[in-house]
Amino acid sequence: MNIKKYNEIAEKNKPQKQVLKHTFNAFMVGGIIGMIGELFLNLYKEIFSFSEKEATPIMLITLILIAAILTGLGIYDRLGDFAGAGSFIPITGFSNAMTSSALEARSEGLVTGIGANIFKLGGAVITFGIVASFIVGGLRYVITYFW
Amino acid sequence: MNYLLSFLFCGFVCVVAQLIYEYTKLTPGHITCSFVVIGALLDLFHIYDRLIKIFHAGAMLPITSFGHSLMHGAMAMTKEYGVFGLAMGMFDLTAAGIASAILFAFLVAIFFKPKS
Repeated sequence: MNIKKYNEIAEKNKPQKQVLKHTFNAFMVGGIIGMIGELFLNLYKEIFSFSEKEATPIMLITLILIAAILTGLGIYDRLGDFAGAGSFIPITGFSNAMTSSALEARSEGLVTGIGANIFKLGGAVITFGIVASFIVGGLRYVITYFW
Repeated sequence: MNYLLSFLFCGFVCVVAQLIYEYTKLTPGHITCSFVVIGALLDLFHIYDRLIKIFHAGAMLPITSFGHSLMHGAMAMTKEYGVFGLAMGMFDLTAAGIASAILFAFLVAIFFKPKS
């Protein structure tokens, strides 16, 4: 009886603890990536005296480069196991998706392998982004036209 | 202060995504796609612009900002060219991100060997 009760309670508590831990990990890793981005943004603004508009894409390019190299070294995938959403929601996750699908297809050759498969995972994001912004942008164009 | 704000916002978006990931059967691909759509929707009434003004890099880094900047480039171009500006300006702001992601992915795939 006691063992049964214990198992019931254990079953109830087990997934909840995991969720809390995973969520905390995702929060920490996502937040640290955000802080690194802010650091680069300030760095480019203060030291190289770029304006905010120029510094933003350069900061994004820097983070994309770092994520691509970490994926090549196999570190980013380990981070993904640890952090979950903390690794695939920032823009570094987009870079990781493209680099890892290109790396996987490396053995099939340059054109049919890397060239054809580079958008295998990242292409979905671009497709949905463009379709959604066409629809939403059209909607806003109509609204501003009649307002 | 800026560092703390961007830490909190970027972490918050990741927490929302992680909770969706834990409690539904959606894959990371589904979640990133829906977040891009949410980012485009938030730009409908300039809400995301205000978020970027407050949180700086914290709001620029999550994938929601990808949808926002697609939308933003398109809307800037419609002012000059009418409805066709939607297609002409779509990639204006995200061009740097997409181009560099393709270039670096290609270079890394050539120079590194797949692990695992």
